[in-house]
Amino acid sequence: MREVLDDIDRWRTAGHRVAVARVVGLDGSGPRDPGATMVVNDAGEVAGSVSGGCVEGAVVSAALEVLEGTRPRGVISFGYSDDEAFAVGLTCGGTIHLYLEPLDW
Amino acid sequence: MSTPDPAPLYEVLRATLRDDRPVALATVTEGPGLGAKLLVRPGEPVVGTLGDPDLDRVVGRDALAELDAGLTATRHYGARGEARERAVTVFIESFAPAPRMVIFGAVDFTAALARAGKLLGYRVTVCDARAVFATRARFPMADELVNEWPDRYLAGVADRLGPRDAVCVLTHDAKFDVPAIVGAVATRVGYIGAMGSRRTHATRLERLREAGLHEGELARVMAPIGIDIGARTPEETAISICAEIIAQRAGVAVPNLRDGAGPIHRPSA
Repeated sequence: MREVLDDIDRWRTAGHRVAVARVVGLDGSGPRDPGATMVVNDAGEVAGSVSGGCVEGAVVSAALEVLEGTRPRGVISFGYSDDEAFAVGLTCGGTIHLYLEPLDW
Repeated sequence: MSTPDPAPLYEVLRATLRDDRPVALATVTEGPGLGAKLLVRPGEPVVGTLGDPDLDRVVGRDALAELDAGLTATRHYGARGEARERAVTVFIESFAPAPRMVIFGAVDFTAALARAGKLLGYRVTVCDARAVFATRARFPMADELVNEWPDRYLAGVADRLGPRDAVCVLTHDAKFDVPAIVGAVATRVGYIGAMGSRRTHATRLERLREAGLHEGELARVMAPIGIDIGARTPEETAISICAEIIAQRAGVAVPNLRDGAGPIHRPSA
């Protein structure tokens, strides 16, 4: 979170709404530890990261849905053999759990 | 005991992070109250609520413990904070202040090590008793520049140095090295490294023993500092030192220069 404060400030000053995705859990090997944070604004701009670039594209799509109100806040998971929601996974073979929410607090 | 008319929770989090003060953020990620938050700061009232006063009390206590240990984790509770139940999933994220790297000696290698320390997220202090060397112009990347004798500086910050922090002694001069190392082993700092050749360090060990350090204290000192990657330049040496700090924290075996016998600087190929 610390590393994206400047981006959040800038976006909010410009009137953008912001969604926050944080790594809340890992099964097996994962590139980023719990707490790793990525933020997305309603124009699709991104700061921070939650993996080694493996799932960021899918997180942007989900974040935009959250900002549009078509996806509820909650945990979203990406795994190596995961067929859910998105056909993406981690190259390192683990499963990553993200908590995705609008910055409305 | 949440504040009666709280500022938006994010604003409190943001201000606390900007001040580099410790804070933990607890968020309900599954179960009743999804998205509810509790912000916990040592010695200050909590902000927000997870929806139940007992749950707030238990999570607040756990969050302070996690913060103290620098841990971030997901935990499960009953709806009123009961242990061994799983009705509510809470993600507790700790924002501990940045770890500290204290570099003694404003020498050529210091600027490179300070830059590498910043890259790794350390709050970097450069300390040298000689004001003419420890200047802002030479070390613009340092968070703090101190003109002070090493032992005096360390005595002032001893209670703030812990297992996540590092002390690197680059002075190359027994007059400064010895008080720096004596001061460092009196703290809980996680890493202590000292620059100098094997011969320099053999002499320094004698002086440190004369200064009263016992073998257990001397064993904490990584000297010659760094791991053996054939580093030659100040920048390569900085990488070698940082690699040693990372490996020590992770408990991973690496070819520490201290444990080798060959030359520290290999002839260039």
